[in-house]
Amino acid sequence: MSYSTINGDILRTLRMPGPAYWGVLTVLVAVVLFAVYAFWTQTQLGLGVAGYEHPALWGIYITNFVFWVGIAHSGTLISAVLFLFRARWRTAVARAAETMTVFAVMTAGLFPIIHIGRPWFFYWLIPYPNERNLWVNFRSPLVWDLFAITTYLTVSALFLFIGLVPDIAAARDHVKDWRRPIYRVLAIGWQGTNRQWRHYNSLYGFFAALATPLVVSVHSVVSWDFAMSILPGWHSTIFAPYFVAGAILSGVAMVIVILIPLRKWLGLEEYIRISHFENLAKLLILTSLIVGYAYLTEYFIAWYSNNPFEQGTFLDRMFGQYAPFAWTMLICNALIPLVLFVKKMRTNLVALFIVSIFVNIGMWLERFVIIVSSLTHDFDPANWTDGVYTPTWVEGAITAGSFAMFFLLFLLFVRCFPAISMTEMKESVDQPAESDPATAWPAPV
Amino acid sequence: MSMRLLGVFDDGLKAAAAVTAVRDSNVGEVLVYSPTPNHAIDRALDVKVSSVRTFTLVGGLLGCVSGFALPIYTVLDWPLITGGKSLISIPAFVVIAFELTILFGAIAGFVGFLGLSGLPSLRKKTVDDPRFSNDRFGVLVTFEESHRETVLAHLRDAGAEEVNGHA
Repeated sequence: MSYSTINGDILRTLRMPGPAYWGVLTVLVAVVLFAVYAFWTQTQLGLGVAGYEHPALWGIYITNFVFWVGIAHSGTLISAVLFLFRARWRTAVARAAETMTVFAVMTAGLFPIIHIGRPWFFYWLIPYPNERNLWVNFRSPLVWDLFAITTYLTVSALFLFIGLVPDIAAARDHVKDWRRPIYRVLAIGWQGTNRQWRHYNSLYGFFAALATPLVVSVHSVVSWDFAMSILPGWHSTIFAPYFVAGAILSGVAMVIVILIPLRKWLGLEEYIRISHFENLAKLLILTSLIVGYAYLTEYFIAWYSNNPFEQGTFLDRMFGQYAPFAWTMLICNALIPLVLFVKKMRTNLVALFIVSIFVNIGMWLERFVIIVSSLTHDFDPANWTDGVYTPTWVEGAITAGSFAMFFLLFLLFVRCFPAISMTEMKESVDQPAESDPATAWPAPV
Repeated sequence: MSMRLLGVFDDGLKAAAAVTAVRDSNVGEVLVYSPTPNHAIDRALDVKVSSVRTFTLVGGLLGCVSGFALPIYTVLDWPLITGGKSLISIPAFVVIAFELTILFGAIAGFVGFLGLSGLPSLRKKTVDDPRFSNDRFGVLVTFEESHRETVLAHLRDAGAEEVNGHA
């Protein structure tokens, strides 16, 4: 593989798409518009249409928030953490994963706003001098959330942009149609001189080094939204590591779900190879084992604590009204991924795709179970009635809309920008050839 | 009067050899255009560590200080004592300080990168050749007119595909 084949192959993915693409885009836009209509209904009628009823005042919106923040995490893991570990196979999948991070955080960021009663006052969370002489409460995990999520969105968007600049410059030099002026602006005058590359490499390394602790902190902070309360089922020290592992599990599954069709559709089989999927599958097993272990620890501690409220909550979780969800979650997250221990399953894309879909369903349900089963089984037995919280069409429409928005943004991105980093691909050609570049682990420089 | 010559190479190692030759004979300034960062060229140019790191460090420290200063200032500005807890609750503020350290460090690093690499740039490019974002390496040498033959020989000897004059 030479520099010019890489350049040609990857820039070819930017050509004008066919009718199928526009068809899918139209459907996604329609779903997003329906979600906007559902949200409008909610602003007119109040949060009652979202099925909120005491004591279940958090529901599917917060489930979605935690789910989408989690999806974002594997992007940073692949682009930053694996970069620091010099895991060279990341090159082929890093761009797609980073893009996924940015769009997933954007989607996640909408949900706290949708969830609050008066969304037009969401900016009250931001500390700024105001005529009310009030400041935000910095001891509240929700304010930590604001800081963590905005930092995460800013840093991951900049990280994605930095990686894109040399590739946009290549697109500026080689794409001849009406998009050229746009690429010219976005390439910010990149020329690829040795001076620019030197600062670029340094910056990229620092971003990777900064994004790594950031990714751990963001989902820890999200988990503290729960763990800082005294609600049984939430008040647990294991939450931060448990959420981070769960986030990476769901995120890797989403990367696989996106990459399998993308690779076929853009004809990138030579770049994103089976060995890359096998490595992603190994990450999936690792995080699935950690999550499975966390489930066991949670139940064990609930029993061992000898605290009747804690035990009551966990018994209710396993045998109460939301039990089917809890069991599905256990099977999807802790058992189904174990089939990937078999190499044939790791290298079979259909099997891998199905397992990843199950993991995504399981991880979404995990958040639902944590939130709803704990809230509906609080300290007051009078609150323990069945069916106190049932999701409504408004929540369903907005949830579907969030998935549509995420895929819509992703589809628009891969037609406008290179889905694989050409720069890093070319760089990897330079390096001394090992038997299989996808699995080589060179010594740190 | 100073002149410029641009050698075009199909391989990073050849470009690096040209850079070494020109620099060793001390006849002119070298600027390399390449589609990827290249370690051989970096070694030939004997590059120093980028000062992006200073920007990142200063930004990070500033973020850490602001992350503590903002919550501490706000709780003192409007004291609201709850549960007899101390107003300045450092453990809670560590989260804010941590996030702002990363945010400011990243933004400062990015700004430093833009400044040091002369970006964003609206000027017309000195060398406008699409091959240098595809698969070719360009070595641009700026030198005094009297050294023209030496530079030309260095570029050709290193294996330049073509050597062009540049205004």
